[in-house]
Amino acid sequence: MSAPSTYVPKSAVGKWFESRLPIMGLLHSSFIVFPNPRNLNYWWTFGGILSFMLVAQIVTGVVLAMHYTPNAKLAFDSVEHIMRDVNYGWLIRYLHANGASMFFIAVYVHIFRGMYYGSYKAPREILWILGVIIFLLMMATAFMGYVLPWGQMSFWGATVITNLFSAFPVVGETIVTYLWGGYSVDNPTLNRFFSLHYLLPFMIAGVVVLHIWALHVPGSNNPAGIEKKTEKDTLPFHPYFTVKDALALVVFVMMYIWFVSYIPNFLGHADNYIEANPAVTPAHIVPEWYFLPFYAILRAIPDKLLGVLAMFGSIAVLAFLPWLDTSRVKSATYRPLYRQFFWLFVIAAVGLGWLGAKPPEGGYVLASRILTAYYFAHFLIVLPLLGLFETPRRLPGSIAEAVLGKGGSAAAVAAGAAQSPNTKG
Amino acid sequence: MKTNTMLRFAAGALALLGVSVSGAAQAAEGTVVPPHNNWSFSGPFGKYDPTQLQRGFKVYREVCSNCHSIRLLKFRNLAEEGGPMFSEAQVKALAAEYKVTDGPNDSGDMFQRPGRPADAFPPPFPNPQAAAAANGGAIPPDFSVIAKARTYERGFPWFVFDMFTQFQEQGVDYISALLTGYKEPEHGVEVPAGKYYNEYFPGHIISMPPPISDGQVEYPKGADGKAQAPETIAQYGKDVAAFLMWAAEPHLEARKELGFRILVFLLLFAGLLYFTKKKIWSRVEGHAVTH
Repeated sequence: MSAPSTYVPKSAVGKWFESRLPIMGLLHSSFIVFPNPRNLNYWWTFGGILSFMLVAQIVTGVVLAMHYTPNAKLAFDSVEHIMRDVNYGWLIRYLHANGASMFFIAVYVHIFRGMYYGSYKAPREILWILGVIIFLLMMATAFMGYVLPWGQMSFWGATVITNLFSAFPVVGETIVTYLWGGYSVDNPTLNRFFSLHYLLPFMIAGVVVLHIWALHVPGSNNPAGIEKKTEKDTLPFHPYFTVKDALALVVFVMMYIWFVSYIPNFLGHADNYIEANPAVTPAHIVPEWYFLPFYAILRAIPDKLLGVLAMFGSIAVLAFLPWLDTSRVKSATYRPLYRQFFWLFVIAAVGLGWLGAKPPEGGYVLASRILTAYYFAHFLIVLPLLGLFETPRRLPGSIAEAVLGKGGSAAAVAAGAAQSPNTKG
Repeated sequence: MKTNTMLRFAAGALALLGVSVSGAAQAAEGTVVPPHNNWSFSGPFGKYDPTQLQRGFKVYREVCSNCHSIRLLKFRNLAEEGGPMFSEAQVKALAAEYKVTDGPNDSGDMFQRPGRPADAFPPPFPNPQAAAAANGGAIPPDFSVIAKARTYERGFPWFVFDMFTQFQEQGVDYISALLTGYKEPEHGVEVPAGKYYNEYFPGHIISMPPPISDGQVEYPKGADGKAQAPETIAQYGKDVAAFLMWAAEPHLEARKELGFRILVFLLLFAGLLYFTKKKIWSRVEGHAVTH
């Protein structure tokens, strides 16, 4: 979107159309000739994978909505109707249910990639914050989607999570009443969750457009974490990155199909095949795996309100990452200490996920508290201090130099060094 | 490929934590893990064994169905591809043995008529209250999706391996084990009147009396005049569990077959893309380009 359009329509109709709505030129400059850093590795293919997953979820979801009934008395059976009697209904439903998990796998890889390579730093702060907003919308969408089959875990998950809002003083109870559409989780809750579950993905799509727009202003960050300076640093999006993205996408979809075809219920809960029953509470109420780290943070704190604040805070803190990280070097490749802290953070996050699935008792609670403290310390203590004390390794003069070695672009080094002093730590 | 690295890393990270944190909680639950069975429908090429499903259906019909409904199952399902594969005529005759409530008729009355293949299996009790009243206060759960609604905790690291070995049979292993799990209570365990002790049931105190005994259900005879399978509780348990797995997941065979085809296609596609990518990138690897 930032590159000047070099698109020349070939046909007369094309010329006529382009002079009235230059959308082909926009697509051409954004996805054909767009100059990407030539050193992007496979961790950069997850943006494309996420776009695919969003479309896949919307397409399968729209078809499911044709057969699903958002009524507390009928919802469970309508899902089983899809599984049993709708042609390929089992496939569409398993694609959608597992698609949500694949979406989150991809988004977590995408987020961790951004953290490793410092993709949130200037000039990409808005791009990063838009990403955090997409992540929040995804979580809201996934949560409401899991309520729709109206199984035991749907019902009790909804009860636990909506009840969290009651912790807020003054407005809490009112918020919960509005979420429920009444005084308990019941038919009105299911109905509005269905409505919102259908609405939010289109809002995600809207924010994704902004996210890509904000991406195309500075262009992608890259493993070297230095900005592109000359043409030598880049390659056109097509064919170089279309083919690389396509390969990664196909491998990712193989994993997706593996889950759908062979272990479609692996990531779900057996309890959700029991119809919702307000009179019977399941032994363990556990959210979907992608919420587990945040659930662990919630339960780590003995006070309800503080727990809720910590849970929301653990996501909100991401939005401030561009300013909490004080180092001017982006890529962990050139930050020997940050690289170790990054992996510690990953282990803490995965550990919180594991603890979120465990009952809140004994050693699990203690471990949750330690890891929760570490989670916040990473953002609020480690990152601000690290930028002040860490001595980064010497950055290459240019992306071309990072890829090809010094001889590859001696000229670019000199030019680049003069142009952007902000890449030095 | 990268995803695999990710998974392996995640598994490794989990391993570290598993060792450091856990230990006490595993033993706390005290439930006995159901033994693994060899199921014909496990694994990537798994298929139901129609003769086993037919035997399992016989067990369900003659024993379980006295208390347990299977409301989402229709008679016609019994003749569908990938199931017990009864003939259309058999299903028609079977359905006709059941009485189904229909109506109202032109004079406004509900009436009973013989079942048709399109009908669902009629429930043994008219409502949950009647079911509870007849069963000492406990409602026998519906069997439609029970094979997917029961499980036991696999724990670390087994749940990680399950992703790759495709182990998905916790529910059926549990159900078949439950039938053989009636025992004298462990020392010091009080079993309330009207309840029973079962080593596989969570908490061990179950409301269902031992539902079946050896030789209770007669199995079809093979060519040699002997029963197709042993008429024992253990075998009844396996057969009825297999039947319930099919009832819960009637399109399992189609799912695994289609999945295999898609994966073969994607593997070839990925291979072609890999070489295409290599070719295209070879133009620029190792040297600067202007474009």
